[in-house]
Amino acid sequence: MTPVVRTIAALIFPFIIIFSFYVIMHGHLTPGGGFQGGAIGASAIVMLIVAYGARNVKKKAKEESLSIFESIGGLVFVIVGIIGFVAASSFLYNFLVGEPLFGTIPPFGSNPGILNSGGILPILNIAVGMKVIGGLASVVLVMALAGGDEE
Amino acid sequence: MNTDWLLQHSPALIIALPLLAAFLMPVVDRISRKARNVFAIIVLIVEEILVLFLAYDVFGGNPHIYTMGAANPLTTVPAQAAVPIRIVLEVDAMGIFMAMISATVCLAAGIYSLAFIEEEKGKGKYYTLLLLILVGMLGMELTGDMFNLFVFLEVLTIACTALIAYRSNTGDAVEGAFKFLIISSIAALFVLFAIALLYAQYDLLNMAALASAIQYSNLDKIALVLLVAAFAMKCGSVPMHFWTPDAYSVAPASITAILVAASQASLYALFRVCFSLYGVTLNLSTIGGALIIFGLLSMFVGVTMALPQKDIKRLMAYHAISQTGYMLLGVGVGLYLLAKPEFSTYGIKAMEGGIFHIINHAMYKGLLFLTSGAIFYRLKTRNLNEMGGLGHSMKWTAIFFIIGALAIAGIPPFNGFASKLLIYEAAYKVSPILSIIAMLVSILTLASFVKVFHSAFMGPKIYDVEEVPKSMLAGMAVLTFVIILFGLFPGWVVGNIVHPAAQALADQAAYIQAVIGG
Amino acid sequence: MIYSIPFYTVIILILVGMYAMIFRRNLIKMAIGLTIVESAVNLFLVTLGYREGGVAPIYTNLPSGIKIPEGMVLPVPQALTLTSIVIGVAILALMLSLSIMIYRHYGTLDSKKVRRLKE
Repeated sequence: MTPVVRTIAALIFPFIIIFSFYVIMHGHLTPGGGFQGGAIGASAIVMLIVAYGARNVKKKAKEESLSIFESIGGLVFVIVGIIGFVAASSFLYNFLVGEPLFGTIPPFGSNPGILNSGGILPILNIAVGMKVIGGLASVVLVMALAGGDEE
Repeated sequence: MNTDWLLQHSPALIIALPLLAAFLMPVVDRISRKARNVFAIIVLIVEEILVLFLAYDVFGGNPHIYTMGAANPLTTVPAQAAVPIRIVLEVDAMGIFMAMISATVCLAAGIYSLAFIEEEKGKGKYYTLLLLILVGMLGMELTGDMFNLFVFLEVLTIACTALIAYRSNTGDAVEGAFKFLIISSIAALFVLFAIALLYAQYDLLNMAALASAIQYSNLDKIALVLLVAAFAMKCGSVPMHFWTPDAYSVAPASITAILVAASQASLYALFRVCFSLYGVTLNLSTIGGALIIFGLLSMFVGVTMALPQKDIKRLMAYHAISQTGYMLLGVGVGLYLLAKPEFSTYGIKAMEGGIFHIINHAMYKGLLFLTSGAIFYRLKTRNLNEMGGLGHSMKWTAIFFIIGALAIAGIPPFNGFASKLLIYEAAYKVSPILSIIAMLVSILTLASFVKVFHSAFMGPKIYDVEEVPKSMLAGMAVLTFVIILFGLFPGWVVGNIVHPAAQALADQAAYIQAVIGG
Repeated sequence: MIYSIPFYTVIILILVGMYAMIFRRNLIKMAIGLTIVESAVNLFLVTLGYREGGVAPIYTNLPSGIKIPEGMVLPVPQALTLTSIVIGVAILALMLSLSIMIYRHYGTLDSKKVRRLKE
């Protein structure tokens, strides 16, 4: 791709990633969540693949490291679920309610949105987001590498 | 960490453990080859122990309920609501019966894979996907929620497709996987559409709550047709059987053995929908009749298509279709007779036959596929015409093959005989012709396997090969052990394992009671 | 009836998708057909949960004067739809990867020519 496209892609990339984090972190308050935010984050990486070519992106982010990243997301999800019945009562039990981290119980009805609420949901959203970024990005990367021709 | 605590949480743990292990696998894979193998086998063994541990309690007469995320896993209906809104796992005798099959076949296939895929690439991913298949099967079998069933069905589909295409350096494997994926995803969309139809009317997803609310409107009947068609497609019954030989023959042999168990998970979902969701109040003779026709067609088409095959795994795959026909026939006859009160004892007997045949088939067909994999491992061919004289050098494989072949043909000391006899007896009550066809198919099966045995193992020594590695023999031995055990004590097995499972399936009221009654 | 239009759309989309899957020979077009059927089912699910004049079932910055929960659309079908979209992405990715591999082995995407397994 032309230098114009490459420069713009490099400029926009951090903003898309920040927006993806925003969507993931506010998953329990606004529309969005782990999958949607993850898809946005993966699309940022796809943009880089389009602008710079798959081989150049692969130098920075290998499929193996992306798949490890994805596995960590899955692991966090399952471990949070298991803590639910080891420390509290049942699988995926929301054991963070009332705790300082994410434990605030919001008032019923319309409210401006309290980020520090939702119990384990934000953690699960982050886990899903990691999984989706890793998974989708590695799928597209592998496909782009398989396509062969670049530039 | 006492046993009561473990028992209470084991339904969730059974699903969560392989999931956790699957996500850990890429990390463990980085450490060393040996660590990965040991880790995979330990997880599969722990899983088997957990399932048997839970099974022991469930067959003792306590169906288990587990509500995800609830303050008390036993309260399925929250205090503020009138119906179950969380995901509920319901483990009754039938569910845990199927879970035993899945865990055992996966354990055998896992041990077998240690040597079998040694020369292939991507072994870490292989075990990840194998564990994900296990998650999908166990999830389908233990869940009590329609949508959860759909999700686990899709997990199973994706993991199976990826493993069918495992030998992607050959075009055949990818082609088989593509066919499997198309059929599976259409089936899954049917299931989703049926779930939507049910949800639209009753605002419910929990199977037990749906079963108690269902009105048998026309939309419900459409949903039933969609569900039956989808699961019949997925379990490889005629007329949607054509993916079975393609997918079974190209997958690695250890995966084919698991695929047999995976199609049976779909078969289980079919039975669960017919019995527990729609129940005995619907006009059962019609569905029973439909299942009988599906079963007869599958039996006959499967075995006649198997006879001329040259590819050993394709031949076995057609036999798998024919054996699925037996299960459909058994349970279909059961449904048909249960609708007539005077025959209800025979109805239960037919269902026992059909259900007993499920576990028998998973064991002997798994064993046969593993032996075919052993032949492939040494000769690198699946073509029967290129084989011969293997009995001289691969004695153990030959013995395992004979045991599997005799079991599938229903020869008395092995387990296939016990379940087929139950089916013959009960089918005779519907029509003697059914029993005659079933026996005929059995004879044709024997003929076909005699042919395979003759061309693969008999004759002069052609190839100078050794016996397969010990871990492959160990994997086959696990399944052989179960076959012989069930063949020697069929009465005990039917009385203590199969009968409770059949009873749990037939007794819709108890199923509903377990979730929303108590 | 204006509120029936989504249901008719669902039927039409399912027919279009099934047509593409059954009669089209190109594997990519089959994948597109599958995606269309899936979108139809998703649309069906979302339509089921719609209430006339309902707002999104989210409490954050909820406009005043909305009755809870009568003024909101049903959240459960939307959760189901989201799950099914996620699964659909996975299936589509897998199907396209398989198509790439098929193209590499057979040099074609025509399903009539991709049949080495038929004896």
